Amino acid sequence: MLTLSIIYLSLCLPPHPPFFSQGSKIDFLRSKVDLLRLPLALSSKSISNCKSQLGVVWDKGGLGTGVARKLHPPPTTDMDNESTYSGYSYKSSHSRSSRKHRERRDRHRSKTRDGSFRGEKSVVIQAPGESLLDADSPREDDRDDNWGETTTVVTGTSVDSISNEDLTRLSKDLEDSLPLGCRRYISPALGVVLGLISLITPLAFLAIPQILWRDSLDPCGTPCEGLYISLAFKLLILLFSTWALFLRPARATLPRFFVFRCLLLALVFLFVASYWLFYGVRVLEPRETDYRGIVGYAASLVDALLFIQYLALVLLEVRHLQPAFCLKVVRSTDGVSRFYNVGHLSIQRAAVCVLDQYYSDFPVYNPALLNLPKSILTKKMSAFKVYNLGEENSTNNSTGQSRAMIAAAARRRDNSHNEYYYEEAEVERKVRKRKARLVVTVEEAFTHIRRHQEEDAATSSPKHPREVMDPREAAQAIFAPMARAMQKYLRATRQQTYHSMESIISHLQFCITHNMTPRAFLERYLAPGPTLQYLDNNRGRQWTLVSEEPVTASLCQGQVFSLRRLDFSLVVTVTPLPFLRLAEEFIDPKSHKFVMKLQSETSV
Amino acid sequence: MSFVPGQPVTAVVQRIEIQKLRQGENLILGFSIGGGIDQDPGQNPFSEDKSDKGIYVTRISPGGPAELAGLRIGDKIMQVNGWDMTMVTHDDARKKLTKKKEDVVRVLVTRKSLEEAVKHSKGTHPKHECGGSTSMHRLMQ
Repeated sequence: MLTLSIIYLSLCLPPHPPFFSQGSKIDFLRSKVDLLRLPLALSSKSISNCKSQLGVVWDKGGLGTGVARKLHPPPTTDMDNESTYSGYSYKSSHSRSSRKHRERRDRHRSKTRDGSFRGEKSVVIQAPGESLLDADSPREDDRDDNWGETTTVVTGTSVDSISNEDLTRLSKDLEDSLPLGCRRYISPALGVVLGLISLITPLAFLAIPQILWRDSLDPCGTPCEGLYISLAFKLLILLFSTWALFLRPARATLPRFFVFRCLLLALVFLFVASYWLFYGVRVLEPRETDYRGIVGYAASLVDALLFIQYLALVLLEVRHLQPAFCLKVVRSTDGVSRFYNVGHLSIQRAAVCVLDQYYSDFPVYNPALLNLPKSILTKKMSAFKVYNLGEENSTNNSTGQSRAMIAAAARRRDNSHNEYYYEEAEVERKVRKRKARLVVTVEEAFTHIRRHQEEDAATSSPKHPREVMDPREAAQAIFAPMARAMQKYLRATRQQTYHSMESIISHLQFCITHNMTPRAFLERYLAPGPTLQYLDNNRGRQWTLVSEEPVTASLCQGQVFSLRRLDFSLVVTVTPLPFLRLAEEFIDPKSHKFVMKLQSETSV
Repeated sequence: MSFVPGQPVTAVVQRIEIQKLRQGENLILGFSIGGGIDQDPGQNPFSEDKSDKGIYVTRISPGGPAELAGLRIGDKIMQVNGWDMTMVTHDDARKKLTKKKEDVVRVLVTRKSLEEAVKHSKGTHPKHECGGSTSMHRLMQ
């Protein structure tokens, strides 16, 4: 497997120098890793599901954006077309997981794959704007007007398609070797095992002499009992704090292992192992009779475990609480930006912090609202028709032609801002009109409904029995008059993909149940809410962390990393918070005195 | 017309003699004053230097004795009958002007146009003596 990949590497690497911005090794690795995503996504559904369930996407290059975009179908109403790992990630219980295991596995897997992709020459896609100006790209003949069709990765016609199948077979083999359920639970299982061992060890230290050579032990009175009690309580405290700190379901899986956790896990392991070693040598071998000493030994172990837990608390939870950096997060598609204060964290942990805030702070990404209307943009380019009087299919001509068009368009007097202005004003007016209509309709609809009071049953006349409905029916009853206005408004603000009729009715039902006013019902539709509002929680979200430095490096000034999803990315810039020099100034309360400012006029 | 404490103040002044007019019980002069060391100099619309706490003429009743004598609105009063008016409170100034026993008040007033007139005449005729009621007075502060 490995040789195959090396062969492919050597075959395919040389003709592509333009695709590496610098010749450095890191970039090489970057693009290599990046491109490997393609075949995986194209392989059978099971593979992609398994892969996504693991939640490991390890992408550091910029080259794959164009590629990835083409591979996936346009976003559906769920805004998440790829099945990602479920909410329960395998970092859940006792998440001092051994990241090393997973890391090793992933490295091995990636090595077998990256080379074979290199054979897919025709796959790499560039946006048409770039390709027009890129004079020294060797791919002119591949790009024609139907570039959209030929650049999907499933090219059965390419010679290298064999490598694709090989690849899928390889990955299948690898993943079949270890059943999927096991992989997820290995890391928490290790953590749990280690924790249990360390909790049971003191009890074992106490119990083993009693079991094995009870008769020859020195009797030990009050001091031992004191030690027993303190041991018991310390173990109880250890148990509770472990539960409180470490047995929480993890919110994210990180691409690299969490340095502090591994450190602590290793520390605990070494510690317990050395205690067992000493115990074996000093107590079990010579059959030590001084039981008080043994109890003291166990007590010291528990003390030390408590201190390790204190260390864990400080490293994992407390150290990053003091804010030290300000992260500016900008969404690449529409420029929405926010600033967050974080403490000293590694890049991957900072990424998790940012994503936590992203779901509740950023308004939902609506691809329909983004660009200038086509009518304005295309006018610029379509004003000139270029006739090709010479021979066809000459590459020089095509680039020359496009350059001429661009230059001519730039020279021409540009009136598109005018049109943009008027079109914007028109759209805004339309939205406001529809909003007014919607608000009036909804208010009127809400007046048709009233909460049924129990006293009414007695006082209402038998001639007009009012039909008593439950919230769902009531919602359906008053939805009918407002449906049209709602739909028109949603269309005007391009939100119609986010709100299905079913969701509107259930939201209406919710509002009716909680006695909300029509305005409260409408707040969900009048302003684009945070992304969290539109998520369904049974899926995890897959993000890719793109960074030039290793993701376990801690934050420092001027770093930039980005978090990529399928169709947009968040670019994060790190700036340190300024150092504050606070000075004091004392004001005597008696110093607050005032005078009148007069300007009087006297006639004489 | 700002002053430096300890240094004499120099100004071009005009001597104006106002006859008080008897109106029933009172003797009036026909103008209003503003300013004084106990007042806020920043609100004075007539002064050039907004820290000047002198006494200014803020209003002249038309046809009154002050107008007839040649007093103009915005004039700064430097002396009244020999009493200094540059460093007095508002009330003191009023008292000096409204002494019941005096029928006539002789005031020294200064205004910007006087300075300019003197400069102009000095400039065009270096040896011309300025006559009339305009004179340079040194007022010791």
